[in-house]
Amino acid sequence: MFLAVLMGFLLAAFAPLITRVARGFSGWVLALLPIGLFIYFASYLEPVRSGEDIRQMIEWVPQLGVNLNFRLDGLSLMMALIITGIGTLIFIYGGGYLKGDVLLGRFFAYLSIFMAAMLGLVLSDNILALFVFWELTSISSYLLIGYKHTYEDSRKAALRALVITGAGGLAMLAGFVLLALVSGSSDISGMSADAVRESGLYIGILILICAGAFTKSAQFPFHSWLPGAMAAPTPVSAYLHSATMVKAGVYLLARLSPVLGGTPEWSGLLIIFGLATVLVGGYLAIIQFDLKRILAYSTISSLGVMVTLLGIDTEVAIKSAVLFLLVHSLYKGALFMVAGTIDHETGTRDIRQLGGLLRILPLVFVGGALAALSMMGMIPFIGFIGKELIYEATLDVEHALTTTNAIITALSVLGNMSAVAVACLVIVPPFLGQRKDTPHKPHGAPIALWVGSLLLGALGLAMGIVPELVAKYLISPSASAVNGAPLEAKLYLWHGITPMLILSMITLAGGFAYFALRGRLVPVLARFDRGAQMGPDRVFMGVINGLPDFAKKVTAYTQGGILRHYIAYIMAFLLLFMGTMFFTRVALPPLTQLEDVRIYELILCGVILLALAMLLQAKSLLFAIASMSVIGYSITALFVMYGAPDLAMTQFAIETLSVVLFVLMLYRLPDISIISSRLVRARDAVIAGGFGIVITMIVLSITAVPLDSPLERFFAEKSYVEAQGRNIVNVILVDFRGFDTLGEITVLSVAALGVIALMRLRPRNNDEHED
Amino acid sequence: MPSMILRTAIRLLLPLMLLFSFFVLMRGHNEPGGGFVGGLIAAAAYALYAIAFDLPSARAALRFRPMFIIGVGLALALASTLLPLLVNKPMFTSLWIEQPVPILGKVGTTTSFDAGVYLVVVGVTLSIIFAMAAREEIEHDEEDV
Repeated sequence: MFLAVLMGFLLAAFAPLITRVARGFSGWVLALLPIGLFIYFASYLEPVRSGEDIRQMIEWVPQLGVNLNFRLDGLSLMMALIITGIGTLIFIYGGGYLKGDVLLGRFFAYLSIFMAAMLGLVLSDNILALFVFWELTSISSYLLIGYKHTYEDSRKAALRALVITGAGGLAMLAGFVLLALVSGSSDISGMSADAVRESGLYIGILILICAGAFTKSAQFPFHSWLPGAMAAPTPVSAYLHSATMVKAGVYLLARLSPVLGGTPEWSGLLIIFGLATVLVGGYLAIIQFDLKRILAYSTISSLGVMVTLLGIDTEVAIKSAVLFLLVHSLYKGALFMVAGTIDHETGTRDIRQLGGLLRILPLVFVGGALAALSMMGMIPFIGFIGKELIYEATLDVEHALTTTNAIITALSVLGNMSAVAVACLVIVPPFLGQRKDTPHKPHGAPIALWVGSLLLGALGLAMGIVPELVAKYLISPSASAVNGAPLEAKLYLWHGITPMLILSMITLAGGFAYFALRGRLVPVLARFDRGAQMGPDRVFMGVINGLPDFAKKVTAYTQGGILRHYIAYIMAFLLLFMGTMFFTRVALPPLTQLEDVRIYELILCGVILLALAMLLQAKSLLFAIASMSVIGYSITALFVMYGAPDLAMTQFAIETLSVVLFVLMLYRLPDISIISSRLVRARDAVIAGGFGIVITMIVLSITAVPLDSPLERFFAEKSYVEAQGRNIVNVILVDFRGFDTLGEITVLSVAALGVIALMRLRPRNNDEHED
Repeated sequence: MPSMILRTAIRLLLPLMLLFSFFVLMRGHNEPGGGFVGGLIAAAAYALYAIAFDLPSARAALRFRPMFIIGVGLALALASTLLPLLVNKPMFTSLWIEQPVPILGKVGTTTSFDAGVYLVVVGVTLSIIFAMAAREEIEHDEEDV
């Protein structure tokens, strides 16, 4: 299992190369990995169904309880199949959609990273490893949304998504840590549900984890990032923002349901937020005109349904949630692909500008129509079974009808009516009716752009006609995993005339009615748009924009942009702080060490002092630079005298390069009399002189005490024997302390990036600036 | 007017300095030297080339973009630390080739790590120097205009 996850990351590393070679077929070639993974996971259908416990444990940081513990049960298997199955189709679709794009290799790399991270998320048993994968999906989503990075919309949308999901993720991490502490295990399968529910921290844990789940699954009021994410290329929208990533929150709630669920707090929280989301999403979906936005809000609404069902937490509700998760992935993924194909061919996504595409994009229409019919809940699609099950759960048919159930059911009906309307909106105006003029003239879509939607739509039909296999291999095992105890799901098309069937009829009627009357209804309804859509969004944007402004003010106050001042601040502070500490607490060091000084060391010091004197009197910058380099080279000589050849060589090279750099900057610095007037030199002399004295005192008192460190002996002994090197300094750098060095070179690289960026900034006027 | 002597000299010095930098890199494990100093020497060679000729010639002589060199260096260093994972040892374990390679001596993951450090230092130093020199030339042209 770990290998399956790892391969996604590996593919990401090679994706740009493969794309350069395979060109037009890149999507098909790269899809080989997801399809391979799909087959691999499918091989586990039978073992999982028969209740085998499939695990893989890899130690990572055992002291903190963070291990890569993977577990394949019904729920994770179903998710894995969705991720890899739809992933295959998306790779193919993406290859066709972005064909010829320069950054296509990057796209596939990000997509692979996402797929691998998502797989890791659903397979993870260890809750902290799950968090790592969670954040990886956030990051790859950020990269994918911002794919067209030259467009400001894309960048803003990506940032908004990252900030919202990231903030939720942070809260969630706190919840996870508390959960691990309280439940006695950082592996979900080892958590004690009773310990969690009875603990005083239960409410806090619940709220924190829900913060993460709700932000990721775009629940109200954290939903504003999802419509914005539609700035991403449609393959991304179809994969991440409908079928997989947004389901992560729902998945988490399902996964933790055995541990956290079953309490009134759980149900209350989930049902309230879930229903609010259903309504807000459903309302906003039907007043839009952009195909992708319609689908995005509709997805938000559907996610609300899933959260509500998990909140209801009865056996039927659990089965319903799991089934709806699958059903929704199938039809939403297909519809997004259809929307993308329409956009790709005609150049517009506005349903007011589209019409009559049936003859030109017949196979696209077929796929879309199948998906839409499933979404509406028509017989004999799996969507119908899904809807019926939802109503069965909300009505709680086993028991008498309570007011809460009635309310929940009524609101669900409203939400589903919106879904019906959306299905009509997405398929009818673009394909049927009169041909309209569009920015591009469409002429048939390549196979890559319709095979995915057709397959998913057909699957929706097939699963509806023969639901027993789905029930046996996917729904039952998943529901059992969520329930914590084995659960059997029996799905079949016709139950007889039941209350659910009547509700389905009502839903269809309502949805069709709205669609037919939308011309008159939309202007009326659109007036309430402000609050629902813009309210939470304004808050977030306010925070996101406000923080940098605040930071700017603080920085402007303390950091004026002149490097010398920063150095002066630092040195002055250290001087005062260390100086007072030193002179009040430590005795002055004996100066007996100065007796061993040799004549050539004295001469060298003399040279340094002479150069210093000339530096302080320098009348031109060039002279100052030359004096400083004399000092630098003299220090090199000191290093040689004290037996540190590596240091000396490095210092020598750096000194030389520093001179080169200074000379390069020479033309742009103003005359030395401006930089360093008399007053300034006096001030600098005080600070520098004081600092020098304090440091000297400290060094003398440190070296007065003989150092007996075991490290010296350790390195001397082990350096040649174990590390195969006689140069202890180098051995420490690259072997014993290699980790530090790795960090250092990373920091160096980032510094280089910073310098290049700064160098490219053009100053407005010729005022003084330094680097 | 760049000096003719410098130009002729640097044409000979560049390969010599690069060879020397490589020598310093490889000897670092047993004698003074190592990746950091080696990288600085190589960078100094190209900096000298840029001074003798001009920036575009130095970039052409370097052949790769400095950022790319940094990337390769980082990847090499990281790969050297991750290689032990393939033989079931913890990260950062040094693996050595049993037989000493002729001329180079004992070679192992620490050598490749040091080589990665070398490349990063070359890349970083040259990025900074080239960026400053490029800015320099732009400003200079502006002044002439």
